[in-house]
Amino acid sequence: MKADLRIPLAVAAALILAAVVAFGAPHVVGDYFVRILLLIALNSILVLSLSLSNGFTGVFSLGHVGFIGAGAYAAGILSLTVQQKKALLPHLPDLLNWFSLPFLPATLAAGLFAAILAVIVGYPLMRLSGYFVSVATMGFLIIVNVVLINASDFTRGARTFTGVPLATSLPWVLGWLAVTLLVLSRLVYSPFGRRMKAVRDDTIAASAVGISVLRARLVAFVIGAFFAGVGGSLYAHYLGSFSPNTFYFAMTMNLIAMLVLGGMGSLSGAIIGVICVSILSEVLRSVERGFTIGDITVPALFGASQIVLGFLFILIMIFRPKGIMGDRELTFGLSGRSANHNQKEGKDR
Amino acid sequence: MSQLEYIIQQIINAVSLGSLYALVAVGLSIVFGVLKLTNFAHGDVMMVGAFTTVLLIGIGMPFAPAMLCGILASAVAGFLIERIAYRPIRNAPDVTRLLTSLAVTYILENLGILLFTSSPRNFPLPDILNTSWQLSGGAITFTNINVLTVALTFVSLIGLGWFITRTTIGLGMRAAAEDMQAAQLVGLNVNKVIIIAFIVASAYAGLAGVLWAAQAGVVQPQMGFTPLLKAFVAAIIGGFGSISGALLGGYMLGALEIFIVAFMPDVVVPYRDAIVFALLIAFLLFRPGGLMQPNREIKL
Repeated sequence: MKADLRIPLAVAAALILAAVVAFGAPHVVGDYFVRILLLIALNSILVLSLSLSNGFTGVFSLGHVGFIGAGAYAAGILSLTVQQKKALLPHLPDLLNWFSLPFLPATLAAGLFAAILAVIVGYPLMRLSGYFVSVATMGFLIIVNVVLINASDFTRGARTFTGVPLATSLPWVLGWLAVTLLVLSRLVYSPFGRRMKAVRDDTIAASAVGISVLRARLVAFVIGAFFAGVGGSLYAHYLGSFSPNTFYFAMTMNLIAMLVLGGMGSLSGAIIGVICVSILSEVLRSVERGFTIGDITVPALFGASQIVLGFLFILIMIFRPKGIMGDRELTFGLSGRSANHNQKEGKDR
Repeated sequence: MSQLEYIIQQIINAVSLGSLYALVAVGLSIVFGVLKLTNFAHGDVMMVGAFTTVLLIGIGMPFAPAMLCGILASAVAGFLIERIAYRPIRNAPDVTRLLTSLAVTYILENLGILLFTSSPRNFPLPDILNTSWQLSGGAITFTNINVLTVALTFVSLIGLGWFITRTTIGLGMRAAAEDMQAAQLVGLNVNKVIIIAFIVASAYAGLAGVLWAAQAGVVQPQMGFTPLLKAFVAAIIGGFGSISGALLGGYMLGALEIFIVAFMPDVVVPYRDAIVFALLIAFLLFRPGGLMQPNREIKL
C-alpha cells in the first residue's frame, strides 16, 4: 500500500523538477546548453521507446528508426500550412492538403501512425527471434527509407522536406518525456511487464507457463513504436527540415549505443546512457575540430569522435555487457521500487 | 535491337552482378556457419581491400599485384577484428555479438573517413580491363572487368570447395559449423579453425571489394554498406551458413534485381530495394533455412 502512494509522489516530484528546468533553464544558461538539454530529453524519449522491445522484451529491433522517420514525415505533412503544402507538395492527395494541424494533434497522429505501422509489421515479424528478428527489422528500415525516397508526392523524395514549424521547445519535450516515462514505468513494472521480461529471459519456459510470446512482444513493439512516432514528430518540429537519410543507420547506431551503454533493462539506465553519450560526443566533437595548446596545434580530425565511441562500445560489450545500470533502476530512494521489491509486490495483486 | 539480344544482355548483367553478390555472401556465410555471427563488419573489410588496391596502384604498382595486396590487407584486417573484438565475446548472447560487429563497422567506416575523407575517389582501372566487347553489332556489350569478375568468382569458389572438402582445416571448419561443442570434444583446435575461417572469409571480402570498386569505378569509406546488405539477403535466401546456398542466393538475387530493372514497369523500378528486402523478410518468416536448408527451425 505504501509503495502505491510513493509512485505518484515520485512522479509529481519529477514533474515539478522538469517544469522548473523547462521554464527556468533558458534564464540561467545559454542557448547552447538549452539546446543540449533539449536534445538529451528528445533522445531520451527515443531511447526509452527503443528499450521497450530491445531491452525489456528481448526483441532486438534494428528497425526502430523506421518508426521515428515515419512519425517525423507524418507529423511534418500534417503540420505544414495549406499554402506550404500547395508550394512544396503539389501532388499531395486532396484528403490531406486542405488542413493543417497544430503541434500536439500532429504529434499524437504521428504516434498513432507509427503504432499502426508497427501492428502491421510486428504481427508477422514478432514470431522471429535472435539475429533473425534483427535482420528482418533492418529490412523494414531499408524499406521505409526506399519508400520515403520514392513516394515523392508525400515526402519530396530525396530532397529536403522543409517548412515544418519549429514548435519543439524544452517544456514540450520534457512534458512528453514525463508522459513516456510514466507510461513505460507503469507498463514495465506491471504484471504484463514481468511477462515481457519472462519472454526475454527464457522464451520456451515463458510459453510453457502459458504466456503468449507473440502478444507480449507485439504490445512492447507497438507501444515502443507509438513513442518513436511521437519522438519523430518532436524531432521534425525541432529540425524544421530533414531528409530520408536523417532517419537511417547513423541514427540507429547512435540510439543503440545510448541504450546499450546505459543498460538494456532499465528505464533510468536508458536516460543515463543518453546523457553520457551526448556529453561525451559534445566534448569529443569540440576536440575533433582541432585545438592549440601552447605551440602544439592539433589538426581537425573529422570522424575521430565516432571512432572513440565505437571503441568505448566494444569495451562495454566485453567488460560490462549489461551497461551502466543493467537491470537496476535509479530511484533516489523515493519510490523504493527496485526490481526485486517490485517482484514481491506483484504477488499481492 | 531484337528481343533475344536484349535478354542475352540482361543475362550477362545478371551473372556479373550475381557473381559479386555471391562473393560477398560466401564470406558472410563462412563466418556465420562457424561462429553463428552476423558479421556487419564484412562490408568494411571489403572497403579495406579496395582502398589498399587503389593506394598501391596510385604509387605505381600494376593492377594484379595491387589486387593481391588488397586481398592480403583484408585478410589481415579480418584477423585483427577477430582477435581484438570478436574473440572476447565469442560465447556472449547473439545480440551482444551482433552489436559488437556493428561497433566494428562504425569504427572502420569512420577510420576510413578520417584517413581518406568521405568523398569518392577514382578507381584507376587499367585500360585492358576497360576494353569492351561488342557482339551482334553493339547490341550486346560487356567489358573485360565483367569477364574477370565472373572468372575470379568461379576460380576462387572452386578453390574454396577444394579447401573445405579436401584439407584437414577445411573439414574442421565444417565440423565446427555443424556442432562446435562436439568438434571441440573430438579434439578440434577451435581457435585455429575460427581464425582461419575469418581469414578466408575476409580474403573473399577483399576480392569482392576490389572487383566491386573496379566495376563501380570509385572507392569511398561507406562503399561496403550496400553490398553487405544485399549479401545478407543473398545468404539468407540461399540458407545462412551454407556456402553453396550463398552462391545460389547471390546469383538469384543478381538475376532478380536485373529482372526488376529490365522488365518491370518504370513505376516499380525505384522500389527495387524495397522488393528485395521484402523478399528477405518473407524468407525469414516462411523459409528461415533458405533454399538449401528447408528444415531448419528458428522460430520462437
